[in-house]
Amino acid sequence: MRHTLSVTVENKPGILTRVAGLFARRGYNIESLVVAETENPQISRMTIVVDGDGRIIEQVSKQLHKLINVLKIQDITHEEAVHRELILLRVNADATNRTEILQVAEVFRARIVDMSRASVTIEATGDTSKIEAILTTFRPYGIKEFARTGRLSMMRGK
Amino acid sequence: MTGAQAVVACLEKEGVELIFGYPGGVVLPLYDALYDSSIRHVLTRHEQGAAHGADGYARATGKVGVCFATSGPGATNLITGIATANMDSVPMVCITGQVVMPVIGKDSFQEADITGITAPITKHNYLVKNPADLPRILKEAFYIARTGRPGPVVVDIPKDIFTATIDFVYPEEVKLRGYKPLFAGQAEQVDALAEALSKASKPLLFIGGGVISAGASADLVRLAETYEIPVISSLMALGAMPTDHRLHLGMVGMHGTVAANLAVMNCDLLIGVGARFDDRVTGKITHFAPNARIAHLDIDPAEIDKNVRTHLRVIGDLAWSLPTLQQSLARYDFVVEKHTAWLNQVVQWQTDSPLTYQASETVIKPQLVIQELNRLSEGRGLVVTDVGQHQMWTAQYHRFSRPRTLLTSGGLGTMGFGLPAAIGAQLAFPDELVTLISGDGSIMMNIQELATIVEHQLPIKVAILNNNALGMVQQWQRMFFNQRYSHSSFGVGASDYVKIAEAFGATGLRATTPGELTEVITQALAINGPVVMDIHVCAEENVLPMVPAGASLDQMIEGGVG
Repeated sequence: MRHTLSVTVENKPGILTRVAGLFARRGYNIESLVVAETENPQISRMTIVVDGDGRIIEQVSKQLHKLINVLKIQDITHEEAVHRELILLRVNADATNRTEILQVAEVFRARIVDMSRASVTIEATGDTSKIEAILTTFRPYGIKEFARTGRLSMMRGK
Repeated sequence: MTGAQAVVACLEKEGVELIFGYPGGVVLPLYDALYDSSIRHVLTRHEQGAAHGADGYARATGKVGVCFATSGPGATNLITGIATANMDSVPMVCITGQVVMPVIGKDSFQEADITGITAPITKHNYLVKNPADLPRILKEAFYIARTGRPGPVVVDIPKDIFTATIDFVYPEEVKLRGYKPLFAGQAEQVDALAEALSKASKPLLFIGGGVISAGASADLVRLAETYEIPVISSLMALGAMPTDHRLHLGMVGMHGTVAANLAVMNCDLLIGVGARFDDRVTGKITHFAPNARIAHLDIDPAEIDKNVRTHLRVIGDLAWSLPTLQQSLARYDFVVEKHTAWLNQVVQWQTDSPLTYQASETVIKPQLVIQELNRLSEGRGLVVTDVGQHQMWTAQYHRFSRPRTLLTSGGLGTMGFGLPAAIGAQLAFPDELVTLISGDGSIMMNIQELATIVEHQLPIKVAILNNNALGMVQQWQRMFFNQRYSHSSFGVGASDYVKIAEAFGATGLRATTPGELTEVITQALAINGPVVMDIHVCAEENVLPMVPAGASLDQMIEGGVG
């Protein structure tokens, strides 16, 4: 099953390579990996979605811990957490269906960020299932291209 | 002071007494600074020799081995040595030069991304980008290398860092937020193991190299003796418990003893101590210790449940966990006699199936070479091996009575490790007998280090078990590939190792019959200088017993003829 690991790391050169290399050489599957600075510029947070059973996830966590620049690892799969992804997608749109597409976007609380004679570009955020729903809904109109981030996660406040 | 001088000052502060290395372009400032230092530097003839030399020194002493190499090819030549040390958890600091910072990433002359290349085979590595960071980084490098589970650390230093001026202050302490090696673990884990042990009737201690690196050999022996628990060793653990100890059943695994392997298959509690349950030990993993609960004591939490599922685990330094276990066991009314039947059983296996081979009066059996080396040296000194059949025969037939007296590449299995590692061992212990047991395959992989040995007049005794072939390769081809000896014989390319030795300035001796063998070894041991013994051994010999790859430990192909 998919697990979401929230990993805080020291913001040192090569840390992304170290983490990615560890997954590659030990044969773990990364579904997505998002990394960016936190409120402390010396620390970055990685949100890693990895597929595997409990034993594999335990090994992943322990091996990550061995990296000197890794500070903390939390498996937040079963925790109360907020998960978000962002997607940008360009959908075929002409005068006949543009209004309809804008209405659909409205339903998903997505924003139109660009428009041309033949297409509109939509930006949306949400958890993975919402992003999947957006893709399914727009597919009949013809998706010219899309780009999506991996999952960003944060524990809910207590 | 310059960055280069600061590096040397750091090494002096760390108490480094010996460096193995090879100068070149970008490390010239470092070598210039070293010229004024009292630290001894040994110029090897290849950077790989420098890495294995530092490794051999570290294995023999327990101290951090240090080597230098220049950028690009100098640094990449260290790679096999670094990977070897990493697999066997050997503490090392490797300092490599790097091209000047403005040209990093421009495919400059002798540029290689050495931190990128070594990330998977080091405990940690650094690229120094700010001269002011040098003292802190070197302090951290030594700390990381020797603490916790030891391992190699690479520090890559651009030339312009060597030449920069810095205010040198060596930090008093290390502050690493993400690295806090633990010594003591949780007492409850120990108590749970003590309880399980008090209930077991067929317990077995399986020890690994961690016992030696933790300096816990005496603790281990005391535990085994107090509670009458038989002990089996991985290759890396040989020496932790005396080979001839009545509770020691020998090496376990692919070429382990029958008694050790049967003990695994029949024990009811297997306690792994500083071992990583490598595939050469376990055989078919699903059939490993099928009747046992498995306990695992290790300093590295990632080793727990990596290869075998454990029922009990104790995370912490063995120098803490073994004495703590001993204390915890003292609370139980322990009837040692409960193990008597089990001990009788394992002794019976030892008696029924000792290590054996068919002796010969005409050709030299390789096993005999090991026995004679052991007998004539009276088991003194340190033994270094290369990798292959000779290594396994050494593990089987040589007697070891103290830790750190067998230096061998276990995890990576690096041919060519032996000669330079023997240099490290001999430099660490100038007055000890250092014997290298090698093969005619392995020895050629770093033969150039004979020049280093002769330069420093190191009295290393090199025994080459010469079968004019790659013995272990041929054994597998004989057993599993219908005797199709594909590219594993040297044929008419056989080299004359006596002449090679002489050309380098060492003494060369040759033995082709069992009689000559005893003579040659006796002669070699009497010479106070480097000696190469070219020993022509029977080529068709197999290392037995053998558990074929992927079979369970009770599916042994057993040895020769009694």
